[in-house]
Amino acid sequence: MAIKAEVVQGVKEICDSYANEPSPLMMILSTVQKKYGYIPLEVQQIISEKTGIPVAEIYGVVTFYSFFSLKPKGKYVLGICLGTACYVKGSQQVVDKFSSLLGIEPGETTKDGLFTIEAIRCIGACALAPAMSVNGKVYPKVTPDQVGKIIDEYRALEA
Amino acid sequence: MEKIISTSCLDKNIGECTESLKAKLEGKDGKRAVVVCGGTGCIANNSMDIEEELRKEIAAHGLQDRVSINHVGCFGFCSQGPFVKIFPEDTLYRAVKVSDVKAIVEKDLMGGEICENLLYVDPTTKEKVQRQDDINFYKKQIRIALHGCSLINPDLLEEALGYDGFKGLKRALTTMTPQEVIDEVLASGIRGRGGGGFPTGRKWRFAANIKADQKYVVCNGDEGDPGAFMDRSILEGNPFEVIEGMMIAGYAFGASEGYFYVRAEYPIAVARLQRAIEDMEKVGLLGDNILGTDFSFRAHIRLGAGAFVCGEETALLNSIEGKRGMPRPRPPFPAIKGLWGKPTCVNNVETLAQIPFILREGAAKFASIGTEGSKGTKVFALGGKVNNVGLVEVPMGTTLRELIYDIGGGIPGGKKFKAIQTGGPSGGCLTEKDLDTPIDYDTLVARGSMMGSGGAIVMDEDNCAVDVAHFYMSFICDESCGKCSPCRIGTKRLYEMLTDVTQGKGTEKTLDDMKELATVIKQGSLCALGQTAANPILSTMNNFPEEYRAHVVDKKCPAHVCKKLMAYIIDPVKCVGCTLCARNCPVSCIKPTDIPAKPMIPGKPMPGKFAHAIDQSKCIKCGSCLSGCRFGAIEKK
Repeated sequence: MAIKAEVVQGVKEICDSYANEPSPLMMILSTVQKKYGYIPLEVQQIISEKTGIPVAEIYGVVTFYSFFSLKPKGKYVLGICLGTACYVKGSQQVVDKFSSLLGIEPGETTKDGLFTIEAIRCIGACALAPAMSVNGKVYPKVTPDQVGKIIDEYRALEA
Repeated sequence: MEKIISTSCLDKNIGECTESLKAKLEGKDGKRAVVVCGGTGCIANNSMDIEEELRKEIAAHGLQDRVSINHVGCFGFCSQGPFVKIFPEDTLYRAVKVSDVKAIVEKDLMGGEICENLLYVDPTTKEKVQRQDDINFYKKQIRIALHGCSLINPDLLEEALGYDGFKGLKRALTTMTPQEVIDEVLASGIRGRGGGGFPTGRKWRFAANIKADQKYVVCNGDEGDPGAFMDRSILEGNPFEVIEGMMIAGYAFGASEGYFYVRAEYPIAVARLQRAIEDMEKVGLLGDNILGTDFSFRAHIRLGAGAFVCGEETALLNSIEGKRGMPRPRPPFPAIKGLWGKPTCVNNVETLAQIPFILREGAAKFASIGTEGSKGTKVFALGGKVNNVGLVEVPMGTTLRELIYDIGGGIPGGKKFKAIQTGGPSGGCLTEKDLDTPIDYDTLVARGSMMGSGGAIVMDEDNCAVDVAHFYMSFICDESCGKCSPCRIGTKRLYEMLTDVTQGKGTEKTLDDMKELATVIKQGSLCALGQTAANPILSTMNNFPEEYRAHVVDKKCPAHVCKKLMAYIIDPVKCVGCTLCARNCPVSCIKPTDIPAKPMIPGKPMPGKFAHAIDQSKCIKCGSCLSGCRFGAIEKK
């Protein structure tokens, strides 16, 4: 896969912006992930060339942390909280409902590239359990019955 | 704000800010002060829209000169949010919606009348409560770590200065030697609030005794325990207090650099902390020669990237260094050899938040609260099956009964209390028999659990102990960093055995094997994650042996949670044959029988209507039949 020239430039600029930090790798990766949505091997090579950190080490870090992704995620990331407070209030049923309606498992992305289901760790919204977030927007007290509506809400944005 | 470069400057600012905050809260500035909760929970319930709507309404009525509006940190009583509070009357409105704003402005702010429908109603007395302090949830609380949360605007340094901010730092820097600061913290008896409970003063003393050209303070804000959110709320509600605590630590053991390591899941906390640091740099409260002394200090923020193990201090240090977050063997302890090989103290957010109080009010006052071995207060995140979900700060030694019933308001729906899990995935559960135990670091350990970061998840009779243990095990499996085989492989095998138990494939031998493996993982792992990984299993096995036996011997799940061991059954005597469940069933496994349905009107049989039944071989146990049935004819068995 060829990386677009502007992305190459963008990643290099991100590396430069942390040039004065003692251990910049985590910050570079966080920023790249945030800006481009994923960190494929080709991008890791660019980071390696800029920072002198071996690709093997960068790959090790990327695959260690759940926030970093090697593959692009869907346009809407459906993050269902599976923290304890949400779990004891039935968030697993919410995950199952999303899976069955979208036909994908947690961690997967729909073929149209619209949705990714993620079973996420506690987002600290325990009073709103079961909680979920779509691209950072938190939905309180989600029941399996509301799942269809939430999906439709985002499909409608695309129509 | 002008530069604060000397103690006289600081005194002047503290004086002015205290005066103006007091005037604001007491209405002496001629204005009503409105504050809106800006914590994550309330923001998810649109509190920022409420703030915006308030501004619009205030402007529309030309009240800008008579009303001030601010957002503040978490009120703690998250299940009743969003909150709007009005000073000087101290009226607390709860569960406010954007559509209520008009009434608040027109009725209360303009008409001077209280909006009764937005007041908290005590569930027992049914009486409306106007003031926050009169609500049972708040009565037993003492706010030390949560000082200023829900009162000051966390984006304004002036408000922090007006509410005791930097008084502790000033006392340390100008009247005490570093050794005296350490002695004060030792005398307070404070132990680390992040989980382990190691005395904070001793940690600082270790680092102080090492000579080095550079030392670091690291604030552990990688709050990974699912269900705990006190660190997030403190950082969101009063970031200045935590920075002050970090600076006092730096002064005490000779560090001039501090790092905050905060979960990336907490964007609001990070933004407010970042702003607080920048504002303090602008006025010279961070930087070189603070308050004209020799003490210089700088603070930085590093974000986590979604790895639970990074809450372990050495893994956290590796993560800051841009490596995989895997724990290092100890010794050497970080206080000797930590970040980039330099002496480093890693302190939890809540610990650092309590340090300014100790320096400001004195160690004796802190030590007067709490129990023999655990001094001060602890913030608990009360969650799960309890009426008043939220953050509570109570003296150490408070009993679980006070926590769950007096503060938490008991179990919803009249259900029976089953257990409370403390210490998250590293802790254990406590049951009915432990309800009157005063809780502190040592009593919790003695009962097979631990304090952890203060997550407290209440479970009722509808929760299955085995299923909860299974949930924690899947969490630990995912989060094991993979360094040690007992943890990496052992937790996986343990998870598989538990899966067998929840599916009715386990035997009594499985239970024995689980116990043995749990012990091996405990003994053979390097860090606390592995050493405590089996705690939820061991603790539920000890407390609920009959429930485990029911799963392996009778092949039944008494709480009807484990899908393979339960069934949805339609009671033919109660079924009216309305067919709603049959139409809702995603796998069409509900069919009519030849039993006539129960008449809707007694004595009037309904020809052609038959009681239904579920084909258990096809049922996927989704529960949509049960949740839809309006006649109570479907049961879990």
